[in-house]
Amino acid sequence: MENRTTVERTSDREVVVTRMFDAPVRLVFEAWSRPELFKQWWVPRSMGMTLHSCEMDVRTGGTYRLSFGDGMDFFGRYIEVTPPTLIVWTNEEAGENSSVTTVTFEDKGDQTLVVMSELYPSKEAFETAGGAEDATIETFAQLDELLVTLSPSAGGR
Amino acid sequence: MVQYTRQSRVGASFAALSDATRRGVLEQLGRGDASITDLADKFRMTLTGMKKHVYVLEQAGLVTTEKVGRVRTCRLGVHRLEEETAWIESYRRLWDVRFRELDNVVGELKRKGAH
Repeated sequence: MENRTTVERTSDREVVVTRMFDAPVRLVFEAWSRPELFKQWWVPRSMGMTLHSCEMDVRTGGTYRLSFGDGMDFFGRYIEVTPPTLIVWTNEEAGENSSVTTVTFEDKGDQTLVVMSELYPSKEAFETAGGAEDATIETFAQLDELLVTLSPSAGGR
Repeated sequence: MVQYTRQSRVGASFAALSDATRRGVLEQLGRGDASITDLADKFRMTLTGMKKHVYVLEQAGLVTTEKVGRVRTCRLGVHRLEEETAWIESYRRLWDVRFRELDNVVGELKRKGAH
């Protein structure tokens, strides 16, 4: 059975994504905090984008930088990290419109509930980011369909 | 670059949708047009309170209203709602792709841990 990804717009400057994973919290946290694992799913190969480098120092005060080679970099710092339940980071590539991403990992025994929120400093910043993301999202959506076609059992156990 | 006006409209739609009553009104209008009085009754609200909600939805382009005689009829502004839904759906799909890959990564970790 497939776990559903739900998205809710909770205010005019915040969006929340929720998803259950069939693995203990320790493992899910590991997949978010070790760069060699993180880059395997954050940018799936099927998306047609390749990570040039992925540097992550996942601890409170640490920094990260994801480079796609063609000058597209995503970077920021970890405001708070509490293994294995919480990671909070900034997304600073957008300058003054930078958002803060908060991910909580809730221990549900054999499963883990992941709740990820993206909070923007203002309604205007959210709208700007939402607009800028349009192209990327469309690309991802196409690739999503491709992914489904290529690997029907991708979400299976 | 995406036009500013379009971003603003999407933003206004999200703000309008952040309220449970307004989401309820949209659902209700999805079933059929209704007057503000109908809606106020349905949601056990004063006429003034419902007028305010409808005004917000109207500003966001999610609802259109038309006054005939003494009755103001509300109906869905269909296209805007589709745009709104499309935005959420694209965002959801982006995360769904990532999370399916994440399923594989944690699945692999689990298998390794089992040995």
